[in-house]
Amino acid sequence: MSQPLVKVDQLTKLFPVSRGMFRKPVDFIHAVDGISFEIAPGESLGLVGESGCGKSTTGRMLVRLSDATSGQILLGDSKGSGDLVDVAHIDDSDMGTFRRRVQMIFQDPYESMNPRRTVFETISEPLAVQNIGSLHEREGRVRDMLQLVGLTPPETFLFRYPHELSGGQRQRVAIARALVLDPSFVVADEPTSMLDVSIRISIMELMLKLADDFNVSYLYITHDLAVARYMCDRIAVMYLGKIVEIGDTEEILGNPQHPYTKALLSAVPVPDPSFKKPEVQILGGITKAINPPARCRFIDRCPFSQPICETEDHPPLEDKGGAHFVACHLVEKSA
Amino acid sequence: MSRPLLEVDHLVMNYQTEKGDVSAVEDVTFTLHAGESLGLVGESGCGKTSIAMSLLRLVADNAVFKSGEIRLDGTNLLALTEEEMRQRRWSEISMVFQGAMNAWNPVYRVGDQIREAMDLHFRPRLSAAESNDRIERLFHLVGLNPAMAERYPHEFSGGMRQRAIIAMALSCDPKVIIADEPTTALDVIVQDQILQELKKIQAELGMAIIYISHDIAVIAEVTDTIGVMYAGKLVEIGPTDEVFARPRHPYAFLLLSSTPSVTGPRRKLAPLEGEPPNLLDPPPGCRFHPRCPFATDRCRTDVPIAENVGGGHLVACWNWEQVPEIGALIK
Repeated sequence: MSQPLVKVDQLTKLFPVSRGMFRKPVDFIHAVDGISFEIAPGESLGLVGESGCGKSTTGRMLVRLSDATSGQILLGDSKGSGDLVDVAHIDDSDMGTFRRRVQMIFQDPYESMNPRRTVFETISEPLAVQNIGSLHEREGRVRDMLQLVGLTPPETFLFRYPHELSGGQRQRVAIARALVLDPSFVVADEPTSMLDVSIRISIMELMLKLADDFNVSYLYITHDLAVARYMCDRIAVMYLGKIVEIGDTEEILGNPQHPYTKALLSAVPVPDPSFKKPEVQILGGITKAINPPARCRFIDRCPFSQPICETEDHPPLEDKGGAHFVACHLVEKSA
Repeated sequence: MSRPLLEVDHLVMNYQTEKGDVSAVEDVTFTLHAGESLGLVGESGCGKTSIAMSLLRLVADNAVFKSGEIRLDGTNLLALTEEEMRQRRWSEISMVFQGAMNAWNPVYRVGDQIREAMDLHFRPRLSAAESNDRIERLFHLVGLNPAMAERYPHEFSGGMRQRAIIAMALSCDPKVIIADEPTTALDVIVQDQILQELKKIQAELGMAIIYISHDIAVIAEVTDTIGVMYAGKLVEIGPTDEVFARPRHPYAFLLLSSTPSVTGPRRKLAPLEGEPPNLLDPPPGCRFHPRCPFATDRCRTDVPIAENVGGGHLVACWNWEQVPEIGALIK
């Protein structure tokens, strides 16, 4: 197998919770707790889970908008050759190169853009920061990008401001901005959740097409399993800072093993009134992982828990057959 | 068949702005029987919430009812005085607001806020002991610990706040509840719990519910009848099973074709090109014609009239017979 594009190893992020007179951090929220996964060149991995499970924090660490507490993020190149770079130890002088390879698309197109900059300024800014091309060449590049993301004819959009664009058009600008440096890896944090259904599909289609054209890999963060199914080759399910299940999209959706994945899947509304939904078995809502005990994170809501779940540490993510990894003591290995 | 509980009859409502009139609700007609659940779906700005607010007459100051009637038990709500309408609010028709996070006053206890609604609207008035007793029963009904009534909104999680909002909507035994995006801000597991709870309560108490959502999958799960809205118009309405199995309006067809699902074969989705029109100046003829793949010359000039395609399934489209079976556009 060729080298992965991204290799995450035991990645952890703790947020201190301050209490008392001197605001001394006494407790820690384990937002992301020792997760590991790999993404191959050109592959898209979906990171799904409920709010507060640590999926956005993971995304932010991958683009270094937030520093990891411990663990490693290694970044390869799109050809799957060459050395892996440790993202945590990139110094300022190499940061520029890193940003050329890794970009992010944010959830809210109304807040991720400077309202006083035109579309041209927004999309060309990465080029200016990286000192790529003359002004004239940048304009040509921005025109090409606008064409690619379907904002045509480009000259009618170049000098518009964000308030003159609809939500869908803004998200197209955000995609153009993320791809203008020709990155190999893009973290997309709920890029379609603020958009209306009819616009959502065209943005998803656009992202799929550009992934092919530019040979980019996505880490696609979403709470919506139906969207993840459409966008991703593989899916990782997170619960309170842990990845509880990871595998090929259709395998995870068709043959979920972890009790949390099963519950999540049966709770998803299905656009078919004749579909008989299985009952959701788990109770309660998600909590926060403040100084969690070592045992399985899911135990309080799990309908199947056994004494072993109480006494043992959080189960490791194990291959239960066919590259389908599950973190549960009670799931047997299949042949 | 008995007389419907709620009749919305050729309702036309505009918002008057400096730039002109915004045609928010245009000639909308539907009925709702006791105990029935109706879903209204559509994209933002299509007029779903404007209809909900019209039913309660809680519309913005610049809203004008141009024509049409809203009849609840035969009484035209639009002809009532403000005081008469106030007496009907909550006791006959109430609402589960979208955004449970912001629907509560943060400085009052949740129980006190529900008590306030009952003091204003429950007739005959309840004594303090009776209203406490009622709040306790309501909390049980929506799956909350009655002791929570003494707590403040910030002590509730999002799902619990939404349950308490439902308790408040039920507090005066209304005949109709409007649930405007009741679960939109919630995680899927909590969303599922709330929707199941609402279904259970409806079966128990027998009130009618109007669900409003942009999420067609949610509507599929909880309603008997579905109405699809586009740009202020109700373009298709019919039994939920039938509309999902065989949508006849091109917009409903495209909306369903572009909704991803976790079940069934993984299929290619058909994007809906273009964007909804500006309602300051809606397109002439059918409002959907600029985006419609089935549009003909007639659609550009003549407003389509709702046609019964069988079994109470109404479609406002000149060319509904051209709309293929779902899945025809997609591989």
